[in-house]
This record gives sequence, structure tokens and C-alpha cells, in this order.
Amino acid sequence: MKGKVNSIQTLGTVDGPGVRFVVFMQGCPLRCAYCHNPDTWSFDEGDEYTAKELLDKILRYKTYFGITGGVTVSGGEPLMQARFVSELFRLCKDNGIHTCIDTSGCLWNDDVKELLDVTDLCLLDVKMTNESDYINYIGCGIKPVLSFLKKLSQINKPTWIRHVVVKGVTNTEENINGLAEIIRGHSNIEKVELLPFKKLCLSKYENLGLDFRFKDIPETSNEEIDELKKILQLKLGV
Amino acid sequence: MNYNQWNGFEGGQWQEQICVRDFIRRNHTSYEGEADFLVGPTDRTKKLMEKLAKLQKQELENNGVLDIDTSTVSSLCNYAPGYLDKDNEIIVGLQTDASLKRGVNPFGGIRMARSACQAYGRELSKDIEDYFTYRTTHNDGVFRVYTDEMKAARHCGIITGLPDAYGRGRIIGDYRRVALYGIDKLIEVKNIDKKSIGQEVMDVDNIRLSEELFQQINFLKKLKEMAGMYGIDISNPAANTVEAVQWTYFAYLAANKEQNGAAMSLGRVSTFFDIYIQRDIEKGILDEMKAQEIIDDFVIKLRMIRHLRTPEYNELFGGDPMWITESVGGMSENGKTLVSKTSFRILNTLYNLDPAPEPNLTVLWSEKLPESFKKFCAKVSVDTDSIQYENDDLMRPIYGDDYGIACCVSAMKIGEQMQFFGARFNLPKLMLLAMNGGYDNVSNIHLGPQMEPMKDETLDYFDVKARLDIYVKWLCKLYVNTMNSIHYMHDKYAYEKTQMALHDTIVERLMAFGVAGLSVITDSLSAIKYAQVKPVRNDDGYIVDFNTSGKFPTYGNDEDNVDMIAVQLLEEVYSELCKTPAYRDAKHTLSVLTITSNVVYGKKTGSTPDGRKRGEPFAPGANPMHNREINGALASLNSVAKLPYSCCRDGISNTFSITPDTLGKTDDDRAENLVNIMDGYFGQMAHHININVLNKEKLMEAYENPEAYPNLTIRVSGYAVNFHKLSKEQQLEVISRTFHTSI
Repeated sequence: MKGKVNSIQTLGTVDGPGVRFVVFMQGCPLRCAYCHNPDTWSFDEGDEYTAKELLDKILRYKTYFGITGGVTVSGGEPLMQARFVSELFRLCKDNGIHTCIDTSGCLWNDDVKELLDVTDLCLLDVKMTNESDYINYIGCGIKPVLSFLKKLSQINKPTWIRHVVVKGVTNTEENINGLAEIIRGHSNIEKVELLPFKKLCLSKYENLGLDFRFKDIPETSNEEIDELKKILQLKLGV
Repeated sequence: MNYNQWNGFEGGQWQEQICVRDFIRRNHTSYEGEADFLVGPTDRTKKLMEKLAKLQKQELENNGVLDIDTSTVSSLCNYAPGYLDKDNEIIVGLQTDASLKRGVNPFGGIRMARSACQAYGRELSKDIEDYFTYRTTHNDGVFRVYTDEMKAARHCGIITGLPDAYGRGRIIGDYRRVALYGIDKLIEVKNIDKKSIGQEVMDVDNIRLSEELFQQINFLKKLKEMAGMYGIDISNPAANTVEAVQWTYFAYLAANKEQNGAAMSLGRVSTFFDIYIQRDIEKGILDEMKAQEIIDDFVIKLRMIRHLRTPEYNELFGGDPMWITESVGGMSENGKTLVSKTSFRILNTLYNLDPAPEPNLTVLWSEKLPESFKKFCAKVSVDTDSIQYENDDLMRPIYGDDYGIACCVSAMKIGEQMQFFGARFNLPKLMLLAMNGGYDNVSNIHLGPQMEPMKDETLDYFDVKARLDIYVKWLCKLYVNTMNSIHYMHDKYAYEKTQMALHDTIVERLMAFGVAGLSVITDSLSAIKYAQVKPVRNDDGYIVDFNTSGKFPTYGNDEDNVDMIAVQLLEEVYSELCKTPAYRDAKHTLSVLTITSNVVYGKKTGSTPDGRKRGEPFAPGANPMHNREINGALASLNSVAKLPYSCCRDGISNTFSITPDTLGKTDDDRAENLVNIMDGYFGQMAHHININVLNKEKLMEAYENPEAYPNLTIRVSGYAVNFHKLSKEQQLEVISRTFHTSI
């Protein structure tokens, strides 16, 4: 079978541990207001690859992975092509390569379940912390995400939670409280990453003739992230 | 032989004959620990640096040259002793009688010396002018034999940067020999050699060598006299760390008083010094603070070395570079690492004395280097952008474990090999010349084989290649002949007496050729092969531009269908060069290196089929063309890693710029990721990489407000520069390059 790939980034250092080969899958059912990759939304575009073709490319970079790096499949939404990603990851595992997905967790089915079997690490984007924000800014409800997290917890899948901090939307204390509530009690969560909202993607929206809903919101500073991290740690008692 | 100064050292072959390598092998102490033993600068060091910083500021305000002694010809004993701060210096010796004052060295060519003085509002003294009326310089000699064709090739810039008007450089004296053996022993050995050569047939080669040995011995004596002027007797071996560093520095200084070579590289001294430091620490006469202070002082002295250049020279090699290249680290052939505490100490000078381009610190990378050292280097790169890396696992099997890097990427066995430096030729310009049948569409002159310009409406890859082959053959022969003429004359009129005295008498010679514009010609050929390229012609029927339509793969994306064009081209050029014998049986080598001359090369080259317009800069060295890398940083590295060192023994230079955010989220992550990147890159037998970790915005700010960034140092092709010392044009070119980012 073939997968639809938007692009590859041979040097990824921010999506999982170490030096990573990042595959951006084509197609996403969500429309996050701060999405960085609007070019990955459409299911009609992208380059087709077989898992083996992609693996051959990845193997060219194995030499850079060291003991910590590997492959991250992001998107788009990798769960939408779960069978393809499973096949790719199985090949990666055969070659001793660490596998990671970067997902919204908006979907659950047997293919996804199978994918998690060959996934070493799951980066789960908890995008908002309540139902109305999810509906308003993301385009799905919060329930599938919470249930995805529960499933990860049940199979004790190593997980990193990621959360984008947007001024006036997710930087509130209420929101951080909500995030702490969601995270608490899941021992499979190894790390929580608060990511600053950035607008580097603005030109992508312009090129696609799309409106960037958060275009008037200022970028989040690293200092603010550091502060919120402290607050979150306090809440979580770590 | 034996000396009291050697007490405590393990003896061996090095005592029977001159062999610093054997001394290091038997006596060095590998260090596999962390960097936490390092110490900061002492108050004395800080004061000295303040003094130097003040002088450097004045130098900058004075158009880049503080002062010139226009009435003395530079040589070992022609200046009174000079000091930065006589009472507080540990290591002494200046090129002239005052700090940063430049000497004139007309032996390479009087015209260059004259116009350099004039460029800074000075006049060369009448005495010097008169003297050189009756003395043949290297430059005079070369122009006596240059053919019209050589002059034309040089004039139109198809071959540029030839060392025909200044010292050729790229020769590394084994300066350590002076410390280990003392001058008297070195003179004694050279006398024995000279005697034994006199017993052989006195043919041209032996007569020349005999005369050279006479000069070598003469200059060893001058070196001793020069040290004597500073009140130091270097007849015998150095007895302690300060002496070892001082003796070595004197030898290096003497080379710089005698020669104004383009690159005056240092060699590989850190771990050699470490042996003395280790012995003194064990004796209880030295501590860490003092050891670092000596190394700091030595590096301050290196940072004060200057040569007088013309503005044209600076346009080619931006930033007043000296290429005081010091090779650090590496592994020994017996499997032990040559990383010592002093490898750390010399990198630590970038913190203690602030980042700076000189010395050109070059880490010899091996997969087997201690992890702590790898990580420390990566951290220094992230913090200072001041070091470069070259692959020890690639070079050690060829050059052994005591080679050094001359200039940027030229490896040679220290004291056993020397190089005839030969700049580079312009590949894209040659391709255009071939298409136009021997007409250069920038200088409007005819040269090379003459034929009809290509008439095709759409260019055919195989036709273009066939044409190119004819011109590659022609140029390679011309290039070797030109180099032979230059180096014959340099040996005759500007022989490096001091540096060659610190080599074995019988040396192996390398002749280093180079190419520029590799990525431009590769992408152009790819466009012709995979897309549609229609030439645009002027009224005379010469091709002056191209209309390229359709997609074509570009070099820098790890795609074999284009990367192999580059590989094949290099193999062809190298094999053509080898067909013309080189002067003094030198072995031909080839580099893919431009230094900063990629800007000037671009200026002299018409539009190319890859979409680059007339006059636009090339990418530096072996770099992919700016912003054509679409698969990210590692794909770009993989493409460069394919270029074969087997035919590019003079080095393959890659300058890599990445934003801090792309390299990782924390400083620790960045250093760790950088280590993995280098392990991965060098593991594929890539040769060289310059690492810059910075944001384009920072460079743009420095472009607008240079005074706010006096120490901003960046790596360019094979060396580092103070960003503010580059011309505005060079600065813009650096800014326009690919900064690997990811959104």
C-alpha cells in the first residue's frame, strides 16, 4: 500500500528525542486555529510512497540517529493513514530504528491500535483543555482525545504531552489547571512540553489563500513559557 | 642524543633522529574526562587582552591597518624586539618592533608591497624601492615565463587567486622541533644532510637542494639570533612549559617575519605542549591556572600576527585571514586518543579571550574521540561559531597520526610533506567558455580551443558534456603548467628557508589545485539533463543567458541523479590534472574550496542554466547552492558526503549554518544533537564541516550595526572571520545563504 506524504524533514530535533527524520503525512481532519502546516490539510495532495521507499530514504540517515534519535511521523494526522504508518514502523523496528508519532489523538480504531504496537513513543497534542475551545479552535470534541490518552495509559505507552501556549487562549491559569487535571495520574507520561505559539507559518497561509485565524495574536515569548512551566510543575507537584 | 631537559620523558626513536611524532606517541597523556577542570582568565590575562582589544579597535578605525614599517624589509633580525606589555607577558616576540605594526615583505613581489602601502596612505621607502630594482622577486620571475595564454586565463578570471605576487604559504614548519631539540641540534643534523648530498651526483636537483640547505642552516642561525634579541637562548631543548611554548612560538614567529604566505598554519602543537605541562604539574612547578595562562598568552600572541595585503587581496580573501590553523584532537595509530587536557585548554581560549577567528581551531574528529571532548567541542561551536571539524578517520590512514591542516582543509604530514598552493579555477565559467567555443562572455576575450558557439535551440546534455570535456582537458594542462611556473620561481626567489629548515631534508611535495562553483555547474548540468534549457544569444551569436523551464533535481537533497554529476566531474578534473607532470615530482591534489572568493568568482561569471544570474555569487566550497535544499539539513550533508576524498585530497569544504532553535530546545540538547550530526556526517567519510549556530536576524543586525558586534565570529569556507571585517558584499552573501531551519 502507499502513503501520502506532504514532505520530509531530514533534521528534526524538536519532535521527539535526539536527531530525527520527520515525515509529514498529507491530510488532516482537524483545522487547528494555530496550525503550522495548513499545506498538509488536504487529502487530495501529497507524494505517494510505499513504506519500503520511505524506509530506504530513512536508512540514509540512520547514521545520524545515535542512541537517542529515530523517526517521527507527524502531519497532517498520522492516525488517518495508520495502516501505512504501521507498515513503515514495522520496517523501522526491523532495522533497529526508534519510532514516534506526533498526533492529535482524535481517532481510535483497530488500525490505530495496531500502530501503537509498533510505536515507541507517542507525542500527544492536548490542544485545548475544554470542550468548547476544542470545538471552537480545533474542529473536534475533547472526548476522543481524552479517551486516546486513557488507552495510551492502559497500555503504558511512553507519551509526551504537547500543548501550544497562545496568548489569551491557552495561557490562562484556568487553562493550565485544566491541563494539569488531564495529565495527572498517567504514569506513562514522561514529559510535558509547553510550546510557544509562533507565526512563522504566516506566509504558508498567504500562499494558500487561507486566513490565519490567530494572525493578530502576538507570539509567545520563551520567558512566558518558562513561567507557565513552573506553574504547571507546581500544580503537578513535580 | 640525550639532554637534561629531557629528564622524565620516555625515550625512543625520537632521541636517535628528529621525530616529534615519536616523542608525542611515547609521552602524551590521553584525557577522557570532562571539561570541568578548566579555569577562567587571570587578571593578568584580562589586562593584556584589554590592551590588545584597544589596539584592535584603533586598527579598525584606521582602515584595518594600525601602522606599517615602510623602511624595513621584513626578516628575522631586522626589527628591534617588540612587546605588547613587556613586564607582564609570558610569551614574547612580535613581527616588528610594535604591536600590530605590519612589516613589508617584497620578496613575493614589489608591486604588491608598494600598492599595499599606498592603499593605506603610505609610501614604501626609497631604499627598499632602490634595492628591489636590482633584485628579482618571485613575481618578476613568474611573469618572465608566463605565456600569453596563462596571462589571459588569469586576466579573465578563469583561474583566480594564484600565488604569483605574494608568498604561497600553506607550508607548515614543524615548529615544535625547536622546542624539543634546540636550534644547535637542528643545525647539526642539516649539516650532516648537506654533507651527504654532496657525496651524490651533483645534478640540478642536488645542487638546488644543497643551496636550499645552505639557506636553511643560515636561517636557523638567524632564528637563534632573533631569540637572542629577546634575551632568550634557544640553542638547547626547552626545559619546561614556558620554554616549550616560547621556543615553538619563536619558530612560528620567525616564519612569519620571513614569509607573508597566504596561509601560515601552525600545525599541531596542543598535545605536544601538554606533555610539558603534564611533566611540570607532576613536578609541582605548575598548576592549572598557570597552565591555562600560558596557553592564553600564546594564543594572544597568535592573534597579533598580521600581514600587509592589498585591498584586492582582501576582496578575494575577506576578513584579513592568517589561517593560523591549529589541529586539535584526533586519534593515534595505536588507538589511544590524542585528545589531552591542553586540547580542552586551547578551545577554552575562546571563552577566556572571547571568540575570535585566529588561531583557526580545527578539531580532528574521530568516531572514537572521547564523548566528553565531542560534547565540549559541540558546546564551543554552539557558543562561539569559531571552530571547524575535519575527519580524522578519513585522513589518519593516509597521513598517519601527526598530520596538520594547512589553511582550511589541506592535510599534510608535519615536517615530512609540504604543499605547492594553487588556488582554483572557475568551473561554471569554463562551461560557458565551452558553450561559446572559446569566447568569454564577461571579459569579451577569446581563449582556449576556438570553435563555433553551440547552435542548439535546446541544449543537449551529452553535447554540452562533450564540449566541456575538451575544455577541461585544455584548462587542466594550462593550470598545471601555470602552477609549475609559479612554484619554480617561488623556490628560486622566495624560498621558505625557516619553514623548510623545520622539515626533513627529503620532503614529499603535494601540488594543490582547486575548483570553484561546483554546485552551480552541477545544477546547471542537471537542468540541461532533466529540464529544458534554451540559450539566449546576443547579436554575435554568443550565448549570454538561458531560459530554463521544467523541474530538475538540485545538488544538496541527497539525490543520486544529480549528486553523481558532481562526483563524476571531480573525478574527471582530477584525472586530467594528473596527466601533466607537476614540478619537483609533486603529487597532484584537488580541493573543493573557495574561501570567500565565491563572491568574486560569481562576479566574473555570466548567467548559468541553473537560474543563477550573471554576477551573482556562487555557493562557497562544496556547499549546495543557497536555498535549493528542500529536504532539510541532513540531506544537504549527505550530498556533500558523496564527494570523493580519494580524488579531492586537498579537501572538501562545507559550511553549515543552522539556527539554534533548529538544533534543539536546550543548550544541552543542541550540543548532543550536534555530536550526533557530526558522527553521522563523518561516519559517511565526509571530509570537513564549518559549524555556525546562529540566527540570520543576528547577522542582519550586525550588518546594520557593526559596532554593536565587535566579536561576532562566523565560520566561512575553511576559516573564521570577524563578521564586521568582511566587505558589505561578502556580508550580504553570507546572510543570503541557507540557514537550516524547520517550522
